[in-house]
Amino acid sequence: MIRALIAVCAVLACVASATAQAPARVNDAAIMAARPAATLSAYGFFRDAGAREPTARVTPYDLNTALYSDGALKFRYVYIPSGAQAAYNDDGVFEFPVGTVLIKTFAFATDMRRPDENVRFLETRLLIRRADGWVALPYVWNATQTEARYSPIGADLPVSFSNEDGQAIALDWHVPNVNECSGCHARDGELTPIGPSARNLNRHFAYASGEANQIGHWNSTGLLSPLPASASPRVPNAYDTNTPLADRARAYLDVNCAHCHNPAGPAHTSGLDLSWSQDDPSRWGVLKRPVAAGRGSAGFEFSIEPGHPERSILLHRMASTDPGVMMPELGRTLVDERGVALIRDWIAGMDADGSASERN
Amino acid sequence: MRLVAAAVAALVMVGVADARTWRIRAGEGAEQALQTALIEASPGDTVRIGRGRFELSSGLSLNVDRVTIRGEGEGRSILSFDTQRRGAEGLLVTADDVVLRDFAVENARGDAIKVRDCDGITIQGVRVEWSRGPNENNGAYGLYPVNCSDVMIRDSIARGASDAGIYVGQSRNIIVRDNLAEFNVAGIEIENSFNADVFGNRATNNTGGVLVFDLPGLPQQGGHSVRVFDNEIVGNNTANFAPAGNIVATVPAGTGVLIMANRDVHVFDNEIADHGTINVLVTSYRAEFTDPNYNPLPRNIMIRNNAFGNVGYAPVGDLAALAQLGLGMPDVVWDGATLYSVGGTPRNESVRIVMRENRSTRNRTGSFLSLGLPVAGSPFSEAAPDPSFPPLLALAEPEEVEIDD
Repeated sequence: MIRALIAVCAVLACVASATAQAPARVNDAAIMAARPAATLSAYGFFRDAGAREPTARVTPYDLNTALYSDGALKFRYVYIPSGAQAAYNDDGVFEFPVGTVLIKTFAFATDMRRPDENVRFLETRLLIRRADGWVALPYVWNATQTEARYSPIGADLPVSFSNEDGQAIALDWHVPNVNECSGCHARDGELTPIGPSARNLNRHFAYASGEANQIGHWNSTGLLSPLPASASPRVPNAYDTNTPLADRARAYLDVNCAHCHNPAGPAHTSGLDLSWSQDDPSRWGVLKRPVAAGRGSAGFEFSIEPGHPERSILLHRMASTDPGVMMPELGRTLVDERGVALIRDWIAGMDADGSASERN
Repeated sequence: MRLVAAAVAALVMVGVADARTWRIRAGEGAEQALQTALIEASPGDTVRIGRGRFELSSGLSLNVDRVTIRGEGEGRSILSFDTQRRGAEGLLVTADDVVLRDFAVENARGDAIKVRDCDGITIQGVRVEWSRGPNENNGAYGLYPVNCSDVMIRDSIARGASDAGIYVGQSRNIIVRDNLAEFNVAGIEIENSFNADVFGNRATNNTGGVLVFDLPGLPQQGGHSVRVFDNEIVGNNTANFAPAGNIVATVPAGTGVLIMANRDVHVFDNEIADHGTINVLVTSYRAEFTDPNYNPLPRNIMIRNNAFGNVGYAPVGDLAALAQLGLGMPDVVWDGATLYSVGGTPRNESVRIVMRENRSTRNRTGSFLSLGLPVAGSPFSEAAPDPSFPPLLALAEPEEVEIDD
């Protein structure tokens, strides 16, 4: 009896030490297991319990223009298993090999004017490439910031912080359930990543080894297949005022809207295509009448009425927080004031045919 | 934590071979239990909603094929969105062969039940309602399948939608039967869809009773082969409360049936009565469009063997001008367009509108008027009204829609 107890204690001790000392390498078996791991740490993406220090081969990245998520900080990483690599293409998200994981943590700093201090992680979302497609797995951080647990039905987390203007904000952060994940991450009905395309990754990043272009870095570290001789496409940062206003507006819409509003996306039935590559103004909303907007139309006739942001349905829905009106439908509880100002300026200066002046 | 415990308690699973039944009881934790069941269900499972009101703060969603959601009846199992804070609809279904039965969705902030990109959906004995009655702040659509095949909507009720109570858009192979649609802007609307049978329904107290529309610029257009028969379409005189900008905001109050664009639409054996403006309006799409593949004209339209009742006693909108011209309001008005233009290039069509063997309480055969507007979208000031009946051409009736159980 006593011997048996000792054996149990020994096993427990083993388990305890395994959790305390996170593995030094990524756990590919956990990634490929049919059943999601109960905790984020089980995958071994990070060397520390707080998930600040990525394991080797877990590569951080940023995007030129990011989806607005109530202003949350986002920490993104890609993991591609040893011996495999993503296939480059100019147009869409790269073709990632089986075993790939895209890791994104959402966080707020107590004072968003000091985004490096007092940062609270809320959730970490994994997109895992399995043999039969992508799966989305949400993990919710505990209060002590030592572990994130798998939460397929999502969660609502009360959050308070000061925003960039020093204004006190309190909101309920909504961790999406797996169905809500596919509300955005869907293409032809299949779950798919949104961010890591050539045009949105094409920028510099301050790696530990020094600053480098992300696409070049991915290629030179073996994560990405050989690149074409021609330069990669690039969307601008939506708030880089050295870039023409129209390009910045289209970049914003591409990242914030086109994951649904594209011909293969969940909002294809609206006929509105806000993709970067769409060059027909009537398709991206100019003098386009609503189809199923309901009270989202606010009594206006067109998605975009050039010169009249105050009468453009697209802007009205961006500026709303009413669930029956707002766009995107999910993923924010606040209005993206900077984004609204950007799109307002763009529509205000737009010519009748949808073309924009060259101003920045 | 207490919430989770309650959720587990409220969620009792009964395993039977492969298919399981998830039973959700009203009360604390019910929302989480219900959404959990809808996520974790396997194909073939049934999610049973118990009696009572389920207060929901977020929209629900189902993305598992062959799941049945079934309540205890539209008056007993009520999904209430009175305090909804999140989600553009009450319930979103994005899976194939789903069955929704015997429950109600009340006061969704956006659409009540949306079913997108599916192959096979049955909605039976379901009620969707905005309980304050007609109001422009109600959600747009009640029952809303879009881009679906094999759509069956039956024995259901839709009330108060600020667009259409029952709306089937960009879909194929559709049966809408034995439903009640009332106090919506559009009672029943079939839009940009192929092969629909709409029968045995009662559409009353809407702005317009039954609409068959085709709109430009959408992934699926060229709506065709719609049969509207054996319906009771009476007293649709509710003032239009749709937010402007939406196409149904142009429907005049007091409209029975409105056919816009489309081909091969047959309206027969209906009672169509008590409409302040018009019993049946057949019109082209009148707004400008740039879509080169779009045809704005209604063509091959059959209106036969209907029983028309009182009409035109309080006309609204452009048709009110007819009354001012001293022309009595007819049962059926056609705009007369046989021409349209795409990018300045004119196109014409052989447009066949046939009216035969109708009855009317006012006259023997029902009355007809062509507005004689030659081009789709011509201003009404150019009307050259002509009350003579169009020729009695034979028009092949679309085949009966069949959906396998």
